[in-house]
This record gives sequence, C-alpha cells and structure tokens, in this order.
Amino acid sequence: METYILLGFVLILSIYLGLELISKVPSTLHTPLMSGANAISGIALVGALLLTADSQLQTALAFLAVTFASINVFGGYLVTNRMLKMFKKK
Amino acid sequence: MEISLIQNIVYIFSSILFITGIKMLGKEDTAVKGNFLSAIAMFVAVLVTFINISNPLILIAGIGLGAFIGSLIALKVKMTSIPEMVALFNGFGGLATFLIAWSEFNSTPDNLFQYILVMTTVYVGGITFTGSLVAYAKLSEKIQIAKTSIITKLFTTIFYISLVFLLYSVIVTPLLVTNFEFFTVLLVLTLLGGIGFVLPIGGGDMPVVISLLNSLSGIAAAFAGLILLNNVLIVAGSLVGASGLILTIIMAKAMNRSISNILFVGYASASSSKSSEEQGEVNPINVSDAYLILENASSVLIVPGYGMAVAQAQHVVRELGELLEENGTEVKYGIHPVAGRMPGHMNVLLAEANVSYDVLAEPDDVNPSMDSVDVAVVIGANDVVNPSATEEPGSPIYGMPIIEVHNAKTVFVLKRSMSSGFAGVQNPLFFKQNTRMLFGDAKESIGGVVSEFKD
Repeated sequence: METYILLGFVLILSIYLGLELISKVPSTLHTPLMSGANAISGIALVGALLLTADSQLQTALAFLAVTFASINVFGGYLVTNRMLKMFKKK
Repeated sequence: MEISLIQNIVYIFSSILFITGIKMLGKEDTAVKGNFLSAIAMFVAVLVTFINISNPLILIAGIGLGAFIGSLIALKVKMTSIPEMVALFNGFGGLATFLIAWSEFNSTPDNLFQYILVMTTVYVGGITFTGSLVAYAKLSEKIQIAKTSIITKLFTTIFYISLVFLLYSVIVTPLLVTNFEFFTVLLVLTLLGGIGFVLPIGGGDMPVVISLLNSLSGIAAAFAGLILLNNVLIVAGSLVGASGLILTIIMAKAMNRSISNILFVGYASASSSKSSEEQGEVNPINVSDAYLILENASSVLIVPGYGMAVAQAQHVVRELGELLEENGTEVKYGIHPVAGRMPGHMNVLLAEANVSYDVLAEPDDVNPSMDSVDVAVVIGANDVVNPSATEEPGSPIYGMPIIEVHNAKTVFVLKRSMSSGFAGVQNPLFFKQNTRMLFGDAKESIGGVVSEFKD
C-alpha cells in the first residue's frame, strides 16, 4: 500500500507540474501541443513491454498493445514534427 | 535488482526529458526542439525497458509493425486531415492502455486497490479508444448521425449504463475479483459506451472533445503506470493529462460554456431566439465590386472558419493576403480559438499555406482596434463572429467571446448559403448595414478576387 501512496504523490505532482508548464500556450501551438502530447501518451508502449505473458491470451494482448502504442508513438512524433516545420516567421 | 535499479535511474532521466520537452513544446521558438527531446525521452525509456523483457522477438515485431504503420500514416497524411489523424493516434494510445489493463486482469490482481485500478484503466482506455474512433469518423465525415436519431440515443444510454456498471464494479464487487464473465461485460460495455460518449456531440464542439480525449489517453497511461508500478508512465501520462485538460478548458472558455454543458447537453436545449423576425435584407456583392473595395482598403482583417477548411481555400487566401500587402494594405488574420474542428485548426491550415504566424492574431488583439479596420473578410466562419454574443442577452451564444467584425467599416461574408451556423442561431451580422454577402464557394470567390488583382 505504501508504494501506491508514493506513486499517488508522483501522479498528483506531475499533473500539477503539467498544468503549470503549459498554462500559457499560444493558440498557434494548440494543435502541435495536442499532437505532441498525444505522442507522449504512447508511453503506454513501455507498459506494454513490461506485461507478463503466461498464457496465449496474454501474449496476444501484449503484442497488440505494443503494436498500437508504437503506431501512436511513431505517428504522433512524426506528424507533430511535420506540422511544426510548417510554422514560419517572416 | 541491479537491472531494475539501472532501469529506474534511466526512467528518472527520461522523465526529466519529457518534462523539459513538453515545456519547450509550449513556446513557438523551442517547439521543434521540445518535440525532439520528448522523442528522445521515449526512445531512452523504451530501450532500457528492453533489458529484461520476457519474449523480445514478438514484441520487437510489434514495434516494427507499429512503427511502419504509424510512420506511413504520418508521412502520407495531408495536412488538411490532421484533426482526424490526431484523433486516430489518440485512440490507439487508449487502446494500448485498455489492452494492458486487460492483460493485468488475467495476472489476477492481488489486492483490492490493484483491482480497482485495473477496472478504471480498462474503462478510461476503452472510452478513449472507441470515443476517438467516433471522433475520427466524424471529422473525416465518414459518419453523419443526427443527435436526435435512435442510434445516437441508444449508444448514449449504453454510455450511461457503462458508467454505472464501472462504479458498481469498483465500489460494490471487489470481492468478485476472479469473475471473468463480469469482467467481460465491463470490456464490452466500455467499448460500446465510448461510442455513446462522442456520438451525440456536434461538429462545432469537436475541439473540446478532442482535447478531452487527448487528456483521457494521458490519464489512462498514468493509471497503467500505477498498475505496473512504473514511474515514467505516471509522469508522462500525467503531463499529457494536464496538457489535454488545459486545452479543454481553453476551448470551453472560448465558447463561454461549461465542459459538462458541451458533453451532456449541447445547444439543443438552448432557449429559442426571439429576434428572428426583424432581420431585414442582406446586401449581396459580386467579385469585381469586392475587388474594388479591397483594392482601396488600407487595412484588412481576414477571419477564417471551418468553411475555409471545407473549401480548401487556405492557399488562395494566402495569395490574396500577399497581393493586398503588395498593394500597400495591412493584412492580419483574426483566429478564434474554436474556429474549425480542433484546437488551432486554422493556424495549421494557414501555416500549411505558408502564412507567417506573426500575422495571426487572437480575438483580444484585434477587437480593440476593430473600428480602424477597413474590410473584415469572413471566410466560412459564423458563430465566432455572431454579434448576438455581445448584443442579445437571450441568445444561446450570449457571452461567448467573438471576433467583433461588425465594428469594422465594411464586412465581407463569404458563404455558400444563408443557413445558420453550428449553434443553429441566426446571425444578425448578415443583415447589418456595413455587411456585404459574397455568396458561393469560398475558394472560387477569393480566386476571382485574386485574378482581378492580377489583371
């Protein structure tokens, strides 16, 4: 239980940190921020890699989770990068 | 023990990179670098996780497959389809956490808290997945279902049932930990409920929903981190949850509505506007007259909306802007935060057309000096320029911050027909003395003005 309390702290502090860091984002960056954050949520890939695979079902679930998280990661970062490259100042 | 220590140290390093990355992503000058840093953070975290995984070959195959599909989509997609792509990727992230929690259920959660976490993560991940798929289908106009149709109502009902079922399974039944039938019901209800969550939400409210789904995918990842006792998942997931939440709030504020009103009520319940009688007549204008007025203008404000995206008019708009500038006219773009179908939609379209981002202004920047603007050109925007929002307390959109183009000397409204905007509210702007309606496809109309300029 103690571990959960500790991790709960990490969770709350990270959310608070996130709110502080991004609170003044200019509207030009709304889409890239969303897309870039979306790529970060592909961190589920790490979770998917850590899954134990004792049964066939679990192996299948792990494989699918890794695949979809990877689509999220690669697609997200590349599309964000493409988008940001378009924003130009005179 | 040694290995997991190394892993955790690297996870801390990776978390620092994520935090720095997302901070830099929020500023124009550093955004590209910020995205790159967060990609490195991801790479490092994944790499170090590989040290002790159980069946590397299958998982490497999964990564390879995902990398191939993801990169293909990202590099092939047209910039105009960005909103639906973001929704789709978001859904895949949600699906991944859904599958993770499902798999963890089969490892028989060993305590009550773990069980509650697994159930909640399944739910949040699953709702994000199917909800994002519906958002994708709506944005790419693959489905068009009325809010009032029976299918919509059916799915909405399932959504509420799924919510009750989740609460029940979290609060009442933790004793049934190994009941697979019960869990299967939750899986199915969750996936169907996600459809019902997004289906009734209309196109103009999409910016809010996409931001919210974005936030949920982060929350789901953070929950998965709690299940797996993994710090980097918690940190990165929380950052995404927070950034999505901020965007959601910004979008809701820009509509002057609460998030719950957007999600669960919609505009349908808005009181009927009474002003629909005293509207008078509209003043149409043709392309060559529009050209003459623009040619003599010394300052022009362009206000794009979803109609510009539909007509794919951003390139001719940029061309018009350049011609006006060559002509000595000061050109600015007024961008409303909820114009279009996702946060920042207009900014992306104009950036794609090579419009420099320093001429893009927010409502607060353009409104105070609106009376010095000679011509405001409204391209396929409606509700975000509706003066009812400031003048008519009974209107459903009263109080919404708008771009006050009606205060400009002349207003051109480019529109295909006289239909009302997404909110279903008639727009008095069209009947104002200083408004000229330029009917027709926005791309053709502006193209016409552009060729007049060139002659």
